[in-house]
Amino acid sequence: MIATTTRQADSLTPGFISEADELVSHYPVSKRSASLPLLHLWQNHFGFIDDSGVEWIAARLDLTPVNILELVTFYPWFRREQAGKTIIRVCRTLACALAGGYEVKEKFCQAVGLDPHCEHHGYGHAPPTTADGNFSVEFVECLASCGSAPVALINDDLVENISPGDVQSIVDSYK
Amino acid sequence: MVSLLPTPHPKERRLIFANISKPGYAPDIENYLAHGGYEALKKALGMKPAEIIDAVKASNLRGRGGAAFPTGVKWGFIRHDDGKPHYIVVNGDESEPGTFKDRYILHQDPHQLIEGLAISAFATNVHLAYIYIRCEFPKAAKIVWEAIKEAKARGYLGKNILGSGFDLDIFVHQGAGAYICGEETSLIESLEGKRPYPRIKPPYFPAVLGLYMKPTIVNNVETLCHVKHIISMGPEEFAKMGSPGDGGTRTMCVSGDVRRPGFYEIPCGGVTLGELIHDVCGGMKPGRQLKAVIPGGSSAKVLRAGEVFKMKTKGPDGQMAEKDVPLLDLVMDASSLMAAGSMIGSAGVMVMDDSRDMVWALNNLNQFYAHESCGQCTPCREGSLWMSKVTTRILDEGARPDDAKNLKGIADNIAGRTVCAFGEACSWPTQSFLAKFPDEFEKRVK
Ligand SMILES: Cc1cc2nc3c(=O)[nH]c(=O)nc-3n(C[C@H](O)[C@H](O)[C@H](O)COP(=O)(O)O)c2cc1C
Ligand code: SF4
Ligand code: FES
Repeated sequence: MIATTTRQADSLTPGFISEADELVSHYPVSKRSASLPLLHLWQNHFGFIDDSGVEWIAARLDLTPVNILELVTFYPWFRREQAGKTIIRVCRTLACALAGGYEVKEKFCQAVGLDPHCEHHGYGHAPPTTADGNFSVEFVECLASCGSAPVALINDDLVENISPGDVQSIVDSYK
Repeated sequence: MVSLLPTPHPKERRLIFANISKPGYAPDIENYLAHGGYEALKKALGMKPAEIIDAVKASNLRGRGGAAFPTGVKWGFIRHDDGKPHYIVVNGDESEPGTFKDRYILHQDPHQLIEGLAISAFATNVHLAYIYIRCEFPKAAKIVWEAIKEAKARGYLGKNILGSGFDLDIFVHQGAGAYICGEETSLIESLEGKRPYPRIKPPYFPAVLGLYMKPTIVNNVETLCHVKHIISMGPEEFAKMGSPGDGGTRTMCVSGDVRRPGFYEIPCGGVTLGELIHDVCGGMKPGRQLKAVIPGGSSAKVLRAGEVFKMKTKGPDGQMAEKDVPLLDLVMDASSLMAAGSMIGSAGVMVMDDSRDMVWALNNLNQFYAHESCGQCTPCREGSLWMSKVTTRILDEGARPDDAKNLKGIADNIAGRTVCAFGEACSWPTQSFLAKFPDEFEKRVK
């Protein structure tokens, strides 16, 4: 597990806990089903999931920590380190690649000041992130918007038909 | 934003997309009711559950998630009165490259799905359903949640729906970025909070041992929306719109090198591939020729421009005869594409022109599959990675004389030897690109 100096679980608020309980109530047959929703809740709140998060969620659902950790390490969405405030996820797959997705991804890296050939190694690591913590850029697989390729998911926004010339102004709008 | 053509193409017939992309159409319930929403549910609640299942059988609706399995037959596996709880899980994972239709339903017309789902739940004696939405659609999850709340407040969900005595609760469940969760048994494991390794069939057919080991129906978002229209218009009319054994309309997503990529809704079998590319999508980009088409999502086998297929068709005298069918005359329905050795799949049509390098395209797909294999079965976990490494090396350094043979050997040793159909999905691109474009591999040998 990745060592952290502060424990996220020490700063939980009653509001957070009641939100967690609400999510658990969506699964009347088996609490374990609330694992993914609680991980999402945690990551949305703290930005990543530390050991205390894994342990807290496991305890809340009467599981052992490894039941939660094995999800964090399986799903590409979850991470064990802080990522940038704005996460730019550029689609890498065929329709986007045909429409220039690789070039668009390089342009995003350049526009935020990352090495254009940086790679995301997965396994809980954060995607490549700028030193000021403002931006992360990574390739992801098909975002189900292939008709308006190339596309990127920037935080919660889908940005479509991106031409390399648009990239700088897109980045500026997230500053 | 891609949107539908402002007026439907003459080949189109819009049921699912009737209100999508329409100026002023919002996803809220007021608007849905103003467009005749929840009338089909009212009608269905006055029918017997068995009548609804019979209607879905008679409609010839096939699943729109990829396997094209007849929906009524799937529902027929559930015994209404077996005393067990039953569940429906809606597959809104939409991750097959080339497919982008459920996105628009979930974002723009969530009540259409909720209505179709409520009818389906009533037919199959389900009181608890989950809508699994990939987490890359964060806004859709919020919109669908909101729609569920609205429907509940109006009595279309919850206890004693519209006074019928029927109860149904629906919850949204978000995925976490893994393509494999679109496979139905992986989806169920994911929903159970486990590492989403697909289950082996038999015995774990969802209709027998599904969510929480209870009979479960997994259907695609679009499939369940069609149920609403089957009830509204009647199964005969729905079946008649399509081709034999493949009823209704199908949403088609076209991407790649055409002038007008986008999503279209066309009666099943209502266009040939040539009409879809050259007429509906405005043809190839200026000065370009068609080279290759992947007709049903990235897992479907690639077809090469100029190919001619030998197919059995019924002649005017009612006799079966073998006929030569050129690629562009292939009818876009489940049986024709199967006869051509590929599949309609999720109807995600990816088009490539003569400027494209087929080894490069295959490598892009191989990287996708290597990234997405869940890792449970050795042939798939290792094989998908090897295929991707070999095609990457061919691009970087040129091919070795036996690369094509080795690639085929790897692919042939995956398909048919794995827990789930991802094994086929990841080997079909390699097998078909090698078979259809052997020259492109040969010319790279140094
Ligand atoms: C690797 C793999 C990925 C799949 N991804 C999806 C998907 O994203 N969405 C979907 O609806 N079906 C997907 N399917 C098909 C489902 O397993 C299942 O057949 C489908 O959801 C059933 O619904 P339908 O009968 O309405 O088509 C996938 C299958 C496999 C093998
Ligand atoms: S075939 Fe591949 S994706 Fe399917 S269970 Fe096996 S390893 Fe996982
Ligand atoms: S390939 Fe990029 S959205 Fe599908």
